Amino acid sequence: MILSLQPTLLVAAALFSLGLYSVLSRRNAVAVLMGIELMLNSANLQFAAFSRFATGRLDGQVFALFVIVLAAAEAAVALAIILALYHNARSIQVDEADRLRDEP
Amino acid sequence: MPHPIAEAVYLGFLLLTLASACIVVFSDNIVRAAFALLLTFFGVAGAYVFLGADFLAGTQLLIYVGGILVLLLFAVMLTHRISTSQVSSESRNRGRAAFTAILAFAGIVFSELCVPWRHKPLPDQPTTAPLGQALLTDYLLPFEAISVLLLVVMVGAAVIARRDWRRPGA
Repeated sequence: MILSLQPTLLVAAALFSLGLYSVLSRRNAVAVLMGIELMLNSANLQFAAFSRFATGRLDGQVFALFVIVLAAAEAAVALAIILALYHNARSIQVDEADRLRDEP
Repeated sequence: MPHPIAEAVYLGFLLLTLASACIVVFSDNIVRAAFALLLTFFGVAGAYVFLGADFLAGTQLLIYVGGILVLLLFAVMLTHRISTSQVSSESRNRGRAAFTAILAFAGIVFSELCVPWRHKPLPDQPTTAPLGQALLTDYLLPFEAISVLLLVVMVGAAVIARRDWRRPGA
């Protein structure tokens, strides 16, 4: 039976670890942001699945709505930061933005 | 017991989500990754429909596909010279990142799938009216707080993205 709690949780866990891999391994700041969006979507999928199958209440969907709003806010701020970084450093590779670091 | 066609369509949405998420994560072309992210969001929205979350599915399509994805494409287009140079996004630390991601996957699977969750299904009903009531009664404080947060984010993003923000009055 696919339409039940466990397969949905499995897919959400896979989505979360794909997003985590993207956050940890990508050098491009936009790709890191995409990984964060994948992780937030995975959390939302789990909220909706638990709300549907395990609790029988709508609280999970309310939390998913809040997460969506926070994701939109985070994407707007991240875009602004990426643009400022690009104007200052001419690059959005996250490992090149190390101007505050001590010279070894 | 759900209908077999519903099962098949739900499985299709889950597989669409996973496959396009793999393209997002492993594609070297950032534009291709952004458009694969569109399919991921769409697959998750379809899964929401089958999870009885109709309002959530609509919100997902409106905000993620209509808003966040457009923002991401703006970020890609404004920071890369699409026509001249390569629009690539190479990776580093693949081994350690894969190890951490697999560890997280195993942790989530073990901690969630080994628990006997109680089975109490949500009744099949439209969720928009109950969600609105929950937002204005039980969740009124977070609702107001998040509206203030959105205002702060709007002002903050505009200030940060200004090109000449270091020169006041310029």
